[in-house]
Amino acid sequence: MSFDLGVILDALPFLAQGLGLSLLLTVLAAAGGIVLAVLLALMRLSGFRALRLVSAAYVNFFRSMPLILVIFWFFFLVPLIIGRPVGGFYSALIAFTLFEAAYYSEIVRAGIQSVSKGQVAAAYATGMRYGATMRFVVLPQAFRNMTPVLLTQAIILFQDTSLVFVVSLRDFMTASTIVARNEGRLVEMYVFAAAVYFVICFSGSMWVRRLQRKHAT
Amino acid sequence: MIEIRDLDKRYGDFHVLKRCSTSVAKGEVVVVCGPSGSGKSTLIKCVNGLEPFDSGTITVDGISVGDRRTDLPKLRARIGMVFQNFELYPHMTVTRNICLAQEKVLGRSRDEAEAKAASLLARVGLSDQAHKHPGQLSGGQQQRVAIARALAMDPIAMLFDEPTSALDPEMISEVLDVMVELAQEGMTMMVVTHEMGFARKVAGRVVFMDCGEIVEDADTASFFGSPRSPRAQAFLSKILDHV
Repeated sequence: MSFDLGVILDALPFLAQGLGLSLLLTVLAAAGGIVLAVLLALMRLSGFRALRLVSAAYVNFFRSMPLILVIFWFFFLVPLIIGRPVGGFYSALIAFTLFEAAYYSEIVRAGIQSVSKGQVAAAYATGMRYGATMRFVVLPQAFRNMTPVLLTQAIILFQDTSLVFVVSLRDFMTASTIVARNEGRLVEMYVFAAAVYFVICFSGSMWVRRLQRKHAT
Repeated sequence: MIEIRDLDKRYGDFHVLKRCSTSVAKGEVVVVCGPSGSGKSTLIKCVNGLEPFDSGTITVDGISVGDRRTDLPKLRARIGMVFQNFELYPHMTVTRNICLAQEKVLGRSRDEAEAKAASLLARVGLSDQAHKHPGQLSGGQQQRVAIARALAMDPIAMLFDEPTSALDPEMISEVLDVMVELAQEGMTMMVVTHEMGFARKVAGRVVFMDCGEIVEDADTASFFGSPRSPRAQAFLSKILDHV
């Protein structure tokens, strides 16, 4: 059996669409997940026991669930709640966002804790309240410290988007599988898919490493 | 201006502050000194409510710090504080450091806040550093920016928590000069420091603390001339011998 590059070239537009979906899901779920994660982290670090418990319960719950189950779950659950189908994309997006938020919140929590208490004291001493102190003093520094880890988590999220085949979405991995089966070219397609994932994820990691080096100096 | 009555605080079994009482009148400069671990930093942090305390009262300008109904942020906005480790915001320029609370707390416009920052930077001799980040400045420069940041709020009193302890010796005087000037202009100041030269020069009173107690609270001349307690005598002889 010869290695047929033609198959890949012919399927490129179709594959590109799949890759577009993977990237879109990654970017949106990472953004939404980080916003939710900040909220969860602030709750986890708050002085109110009830907020701490809710946040801890959320994080522990989602971290104990396989992602694929969460995706399934929202695919069937969300239509029940809002009374109409939302389609694979939105249910997957919700599932990824809520799931990633649990992981991101632990990163954000560590990031917030990495900012010295003295910074908070300094902001409070000038009369700033909790909200302004977090927004202008603590979170900007926390994000600077945790950007590499957040990006690493986003790379994992990108890989995990391949799970959306379970709700019939055509991400890059699914698109590759479809082509592979239709054309009977499993080797070419899976080697190509691996190469694409590797290039994207590896460049992402290199970027993270560069950020870390820059941050260290 | 600042009234501290029977202030008591414990960290678990450790009795940090034992029924401390003292006061700072309007326009007065009070230096708080004592060996490390004597509770002086904790005492000054109680004044603007950064440290909670167990019993006793503190009032600043007639407002009770420990009262739960007191709007602490509103009170803190009127009391300047300078920290041992400067605590400038590292992600902002010097100017933004001085403007942040002016804009977010006092509601000043950006132009107004920056004008104020510029005039204060000129006053502490750092006009040329306005656009730098704190990490690019020396310790002495950073502490002068921190003083400017506190002054930008037009405080009714200033608290200094060991403002020169983290500085290299050659930078101490540039910070003390700014503080002396401030004192001479009539600012109400409570200063935790080991700089006895500063105390002699501008302090009206000296409070000496040891093991969480205020051991001596006397006007400056009598504190240095004839300290009553043996502990203050021992402390003074130790640190003044090296001058």
